[in-house]
Amino acid sequence: MLLKTKHFGEINIDESKIIEFKDGIPGFENLKRYVVLYDGDKNSPFRWLQNVDDGELAFAVVNPFMVVKDYDFEIPDEAVESLGIESILDVMVLSIVVVPEDISKMTMNLKAPVIINTKNNKGMQVVLDTDRYSVRHYIIEELRRQEVNVGAGSDEKEK
Amino acid sequence: MLVLTRKKNESIIINDNIEITVVDVQGEQVRIGINAPKSISIYRKEIYLEIQAENKKAAEIKNVDLKEDLKDFLK
Repeated sequence: MLLKTKHFGEINIDESKIIEFKDGIPGFENLKRYVVLYDGDKNSPFRWLQNVDDGELAFAVVNPFMVVKDYDFEIPDEAVESLGIESILDVMVLSIVVVPEDISKMTMNLKAPVIINTKNNKGMQVVLDTDRYSVRHYIIEELRRQEVNVGAGSDEKEK
Repeated sequence: MLVLTRKKNESIIINDNIEITVVDVQGEQVRIGINAPKSISIYRKEIYLEIQAENKKAAEIKNVDLKEDLKDFLK
């Protein structure tokens, strides 16, 4: 189907890739269908969580494990149950990113990750019951530290 | 809002599958136990509101090219 996207204009998406968020996500409870878009570089930790029913709604998201190497949590029972998760191999985890005017202050939400069961394309945002992770975790320092390949077009380093 | 008075160890039942029990009362603090189906999401309200606000902020994202914009920071 043709999908209007916030950042990529009108694109053709495979309907079987649509992820159902039964309860939406907090703040956008009525919008329930999303797709994950890559901008062509699978090595980059960034993706877009694009809403299907409202083209103007798209979140920048990251694969948190590519940014925070020791990020670790147990998937809450409520997610295992409502997403019907059978194997950890089917699970995709994304952190929603806030990109302010000053991009150096970009943060990711480690406290409330988006969990997707890629087997049945069901997703939800969960809230971790821990004080270990913050809703506003600064990204730039992490990226610098980890030397993550963000696809920033930097010269390839010699191994 | 419906207001009920409960003592320690007393419960209320909602919709025949959610049980809320007053576990302990110490001055200003009340400990509450909740028995509910696993698929029900339960949040501390202030945290839920914080997540909502954060998501709304995230949705205000302008048309950025993260790759380009991050270049300068990761040299």
